[in-house]
Amino acid sequence: MNAETLAALGEPNRLRIVELLRAGPRPVNDIRGRLGLRQSQVSQHLKVLKDVGLVEIEPRAQQRFYRLRARPLKQLHKWLDRYRHIWEERFEQLDEIVEELKGKEKSDAAGKDK
Amino acid sequence: MKNETIVERTADRELVVRRTFNGPAHVVFDAWTKPELLKRWWAPKSFGVTLFECESDLRVGGTYRYAFGRDPGKPEVFSGRYLEVRPPSRLVLTQLYERMRDAGEAIVTATFEESQGRTLLVLHQLFPSKEALEGALAFGMENGMRVTLDQLDELVAASQHTA
Repeated sequence: MNAETLAALGEPNRLRIVELLRAGPRPVNDIRGRLGLRQSQVSQHLKVLKDVGLVEIEPRAQQRFYRLRARPLKQLHKWLDRYRHIWEERFEQLDEIVEELKGKEKSDAAGKDK
Repeated sequence: MKNETIVERTADRELVVRRTFNGPAHVVFDAWTKPELLKRWWAPKSFGVTLFECESDLRVGGTYRYAFGRDPGKPEVFSGRYLEVRPPSRLVLTQLYERMRDAGEAIVTATFEESQGRTLLVLHQLFPSKEALEGALAFGMENGMRVTLDQLDELVAASQHTA
């Protein structure tokens, strides 16, 4: 998942197209009809989605069906999880400091006992 | 054994992060508030970022400033002031991400709850808006991210079916 892909999804009609395609592959006419958009708009949006790899074309008889590609969406999941990873990594670094401070307190206390 | 980090979105503009540390609260509180210690852990190393500057005037009304990033000439800055300072159990502060100044300040509440020598840290982050929260999640990403998390969640769920 890169910035281009996210930007492609940032356009509301393109996101509607992606959501529509979740149910399965559809031809352009069907997408146009369901979303109430002009043919040229739909074609334009599909081109953008195809360019970033979010959809692919599947020829069926005389029609071209558009199908969602799973891979970029899986990458999205990773991106969402990243925020947690940032904290996880910080906390692991913090663990080391906690251990160090604990050790220091112990040796300070031992020093006082002498 | 690794302690689990839990991140939950509890409301449109609220994120909660939880994590237990194997040490007493005053130690975790110090690591959380002393600049010389913060400099050693706050920046996630694998992202290639460093905390260049860290100033903290730890008292109610006192201010803090973290400057971090890859290039010291072009730092990202978090700044704010302390609203509550109660060592070692509670810290409330405002937080402004200076690059997104217009988004407004978040209110961050950190509680440190000690039990049997271990400390549960709960970090509540209340963002000024839903968009600001999503901006924080998109941390490090290019701007222009307008897909809401709900939509992303749905898309992720969808990807399980289309796999």
